[in-house]
Amino acid sequence: MSAGPEAVLETQGLTASYGDFQALFGIDLHVRRGETVAIIGANGAGKSTFLRSVVGQLPSAREQVSFEGEPIGHLPAHEIVRRGIALVPEGRLLFPSLSVEENLRMGAYGRRAGPWGIGRVHELFPVLAERRATPGTALSGGEQQMCAIGRALMSNPVLLLCDELSLGLAPVIIRQIYAVLPTIVAEGTTVVVVEQDINQALAVADRVYCFQEGRVSLQGRPEDVSREDVTRAYFGV
Amino acid sequence: MEWLDAIIQGILLGGLYALFATGLSLIFGVMRLVNIAHGDLIVLAAFLGLAMVNGTGVHPLLSLIVTVPVMAAIGYALQRGILNLTLGRDILPPLLVTFGLSIIIQNVLLEVFSADTQRLKAGALETASIAIGDQIAIGWFPLIVFLAALGVIAGLQLMLFRTRLGMAFRATSDDHRTAGLMGIDNRHVFALAMALALGVVALAGTFMAIRTNFSPAIGPARLLYAFEAVIIGGLGSLWGTLAGGVILGVAQAIGAKFHPGGQILAGHVAFLIVLVLRPNGLFPRTRDR
Amino acid sequence: MSEGSAAYRVERGTRASRYGALVAVAGLAVLISLPFWGGRADMRTIVEIAYYLALAQLWNLLAGYAGLVSVGQQAFLGLGGYALFVFAMNAGVHPIAAIPLAGIAAALFAVPTAFIVFRLRGAYFAIGTWVVAEVYMLSFAQVSALGGGSGMSLPAAVVKGIAQGRMWRESAIYWTGLAIAVGAIALVYLLLRSRHGLALTAIRDSEAASGSLGVDNFRTKIWVYIVAAFGTGMVGALVFLTKLRISPEAGFNVVDWTANVIFIVVIGGIGTIEGPIVGVIVFFVLRELLADFGSWYLIVLGGIAVLMMLRAPQGVWGLIAERFDLRFFPVQRRLVFDPASFSFVADADKEGKPEP
Repeated sequence: MSAGPEAVLETQGLTASYGDFQALFGIDLHVRRGETVAIIGANGAGKSTFLRSVVGQLPSAREQVSFEGEPIGHLPAHEIVRRGIALVPEGRLLFPSLSVEENLRMGAYGRRAGPWGIGRVHELFPVLAERRATPGTALSGGEQQMCAIGRALMSNPVLLLCDELSLGLAPVIIRQIYAVLPTIVAEGTTVVVVEQDINQALAVADRVYCFQEGRVSLQGRPEDVSREDVTRAYFGV
Repeated sequence: MEWLDAIIQGILLGGLYALFATGLSLIFGVMRLVNIAHGDLIVLAAFLGLAMVNGTGVHPLLSLIVTVPVMAAIGYALQRGILNLTLGRDILPPLLVTFGLSIIIQNVLLEVFSADTQRLKAGALETASIAIGDQIAIGWFPLIVFLAALGVIAGLQLMLFRTRLGMAFRATSDDHRTAGLMGIDNRHVFALAMALALGVVALAGTFMAIRTNFSPAIGPARLLYAFEAVIIGGLGSLWGTLAGGVILGVAQAIGAKFHPGGQILAGHVAFLIVLVLRPNGLFPRTRDR
Repeated sequence: MSEGSAAYRVERGTRASRYGALVAVAGLAVLISLPFWGGRADMRTIVEIAYYLALAQLWNLLAGYAGLVSVGQQAFLGLGGYALFVFAMNAGVHPIAAIPLAGIAAALFAVPTAFIVFRLRGAYFAIGTWVVAEVYMLSFAQVSALGGGSGMSLPAAVVKGIAQGRMWRESAIYWTGLAIAVGAIALVYLLLRSRHGLALTAIRDSEAASGSLGVDNFRTKIWVYIVAAFGTGMVGALVFLTKLRISPEAGFNVVDWTANVIFIVVIGGIGTIEGPIVGVIVFFVLRELLADFGSWYLIVLGGIAVLMMLRAPQGVWGLIAERFDLRFFPVQRRLVFDPASFSFVADADKEGKPEP
């Protein structure tokens, strides 16, 4: 399948390793402008590794990742972020010695022009305005996730990568957080969500990729893939 | 009265030690780096000041206009060119590389300036003092050094908590990988922290050179004073570092009263006592990870 | 043992280690006989090489295996030196016999020292050990019975008591030096091959992981620290028996007894027994070459050590071992596959049978 000129992100034969352990074996994936793409897969399938490779936290070869038509595989994280990719990392990773507001402002460090600013983020998550002066890590898990999303938005990314937004959160909180995705997409942001929660992922995605043991085991539109396909691709049985 | 005088002189001396220690404290805070060459960089700054004063005849305090930016530039280059390569999970590379640099700096200074003791002459400022009663006199120069220490630490605190760069320092200190996701270039931020630290070192080295005799060999002792002030005060707290410097200065002044050779020993012993009783220092903030 | 499992042997010896042992024994025999045919200057140089080799092995044991980067080993060297003078002059102990006693004295001082410096970790431990060494130096400078700041000399009568005649005196010191160097290598080798060796390697490779695996890091480290102090104290006694004069400045000198030693280990290769041996050779060759250039010698040495740390942290020996797959001191157990005694059938047949 050709990605075409509208591809924002494209990986070709992306590989990644932790020392001797190879985690990704040639991932071909593309994301078109304005799309929401979900990546699902079991624990250890390589989903988070994929995101970390895309943002440059793990090394990859120059041509393996391209963003807006340019190869970025060789760039360090801070340069990739400045080009317009933001990651909401697994486990939120707020800065503990910074307040909620400082955490948000930190997101704007390599800022690009765009609709998102502290005011818009506060509109999206009013609780962050109320608790602006508390240390980031004093927030509840759901609030921390909101702060992490807000922090990523502050850079006005072209492409927002979300790693396991639902991890460790109560279902009602997960629904609250997923409810803001349409607002983010409506600003023209392209979104990739990595999820273990298949239902949540299929509900928001235009297209879905399933990873299994470091390879793409299934891809397609949610309405075109059957439950059985997904189960087989997910568990490899 | 004699004891009160000793304590006052000790507090003022503590200001100089706090200046020695501030740079060490800052770079530990930002990048968990312990720079064994720190004391030798203080002495390098003193010799740069000496070369400036001897070469141009300016007042030592005026030479700071040149030595502060020069040392800052050296700091940036040192961090960017060498020390950034040593940072990682293993503690050996930064320790051994900075230890090697310490020996190199000492011996280069020895080759260039010889082993002779030197002093920066600051004219009337060296002896001017304010008399309080009959027995106590506060020297203008030690007072200026102490106020400079207060000013530097207050300034750094403002920088850390009020500026974008300060926020980047704190974020990098918390988690440098995630800081990278914010668009922060860690190599650059670390180099800026070292530049700032060596800017303060230039100030400290020049003050030291006016206050006492110095030679290429005295760097390690300054490192130990700086280290002791940082540990006494508690890691990651700049005001704690000031308190640590003052405690060290007072201990040395009291030690000197007891015994002419007891000054430095008393400072070390005070440090060891704090270490045994309060291993995390008196005002700890940063956790050593 | 069953036939099938003979396909794999756990082995520690290597071909290089067996040939190496032969060469080492032959070389040692030549060295032992040197007083009967060599010059006095050669003997002096070899004693110096021997004590630097011993110091390097001991520092490598601390930093390379136990993760204890000490910049304060000069504390125990000076203590050992002073202890020798006290035992030999005040207690009338034979100077050679006073050497192990000096080691014990240094080890006794290491106990309270450890109590203090073990409160600091990593880089802070390093500087903490340095502070303690300074405290020892400044304290010894205050003791007028030990000559205060200017130190003291070993009386001629004590020196003459070592042995009859200069040749035998010098030979006695020479053989003691060889014994200490060989002893230090043997100590580290045997320690690493013992049960503690696995714990030490585990500490070196991952502090956090070995803690969670139940290796008692703290106790192992304390023991290593005390053992290293014992060895360093003995070396200190030997050093000042050859110099005949000690002062706080000389005894607790950070450049002589720690900086040089660190450079030797870093250049040679940290975390191996062969590394310090190679490092000592490089050190003395460089010193010979740069003898006329004063402090440039230390600048070059420091520069090489910094470069090695940045570009080849495994050291000269690491580069050689990588290139030729050599190991003279096999401290790690290697699983050796022997195709000759391997057979699927045999394995399948013996499956489930208990080992005798």
